[in-house]
Amino acid sequence: MPRVVVDVMPKPEILDPQGKAVQGALPRLGFTGVSDVRQGKRFELTVDGEVTDAVLEQVHQMAETLLSNPVIENFTVRIEDAAGAEVLA
Amino acid sequence: MKVGVVTFPGSLDEVDAQRAVRIGGHEAVALWHGDHDLRGVDAVVLPGGFSYGDYLRCGAISRFSPVMTEVIEAAGRGMPVLGICNGFQILCESHLLPGALIRNERQKFLCVDQRLRIENNRTAWTSSYDEGAEVVIALKNGEGSFVADTETLDRLEGEGRVVARYLGDNPNGSLRAIAGISNERGNVVGLMPHPEHSVEDLTGTGTDGLGFFTSLAAAAFA
Repeated sequence: MPRVVVDVMPKPEILDPQGKAVQGALPRLGFTGVSDVRQGKRFELTVDGEVTDAVLEQVHQMAETLLSNPVIENFTVRIEDAAGAEVLA
Repeated sequence: MKVGVVTFPGSLDEVDAQRAVRIGGHEAVALWHGDHDLRGVDAVVLPGGFSYGDYLRCGAISRFSPVMTEVIEAAGRGMPVLGICNGFQILCESHLLPGALIRNERQKFLCVDQRLRIENNRTAWTSSYDEGAEVVIALKNGEGSFVADTETLDRLEGEGRVVARYLGDNPNGSLRAIAGISNERGNVVGLMPHPEHSVEDLTGTGTDGLGFFTSLAAAAFA
């Protein structure tokens, strides 16, 4: 069954203290060469039936009203098959 | 006045807020997040806490609770609404106030006696203070860093809608040290510090927070 994936990320200009904390932890564990970390959220929506344009439009509305806060976050919507490969809409 | 205090699942400070309302000279009315009913109150306080466990984002789910439909509608008619801490987050998520509150810059949950300056005493919730008054009020938050784009910040400053500002070290990284803001009309105020914890000499940081609750009476007769 296909699923719709919504990725929500803090906007580039918004400070991301969680990402900074993760970035700070990496060198302490011996991982070097990472110049920035941004932390976001991933939503996997399993939908009934086909992922039509109307379904995608609805998901965009969900992302705008609930899943993300447009003041501080951006989002992307894509479709994946059961194995996690991206499906073109 | 009758002042409603909303309890959401995960609210913490509604009992303190009710007490502060009474000490401020008003009748406190308990409101429930699941009711489409403001029980005839004249003003509403959204208290602090962790409504809906802060899931998704602080205030993001509370915003869609039945009582908020009523609060948003009443705020539009001019009813005084004060959001404290989690309540401030809910007001931002509801778009009653601009901007957003994100995790503290230094990642740590804070609990401090915070010095503030009251920048605007023309709101329904701050008229008891002298403009520029310096007060000490409890501040306790994990996600209290106020952010907005530069245009919004400039508008807030230009229209005198920054209600309170942090003094001394900026405790949570809020842009322009903003601790509280109001809507254009001045009836809706969001505040990260907790005035309801600073209303009695016996406990807390003194009584500097009481003015937020006594201001309502002045607003009613203005």
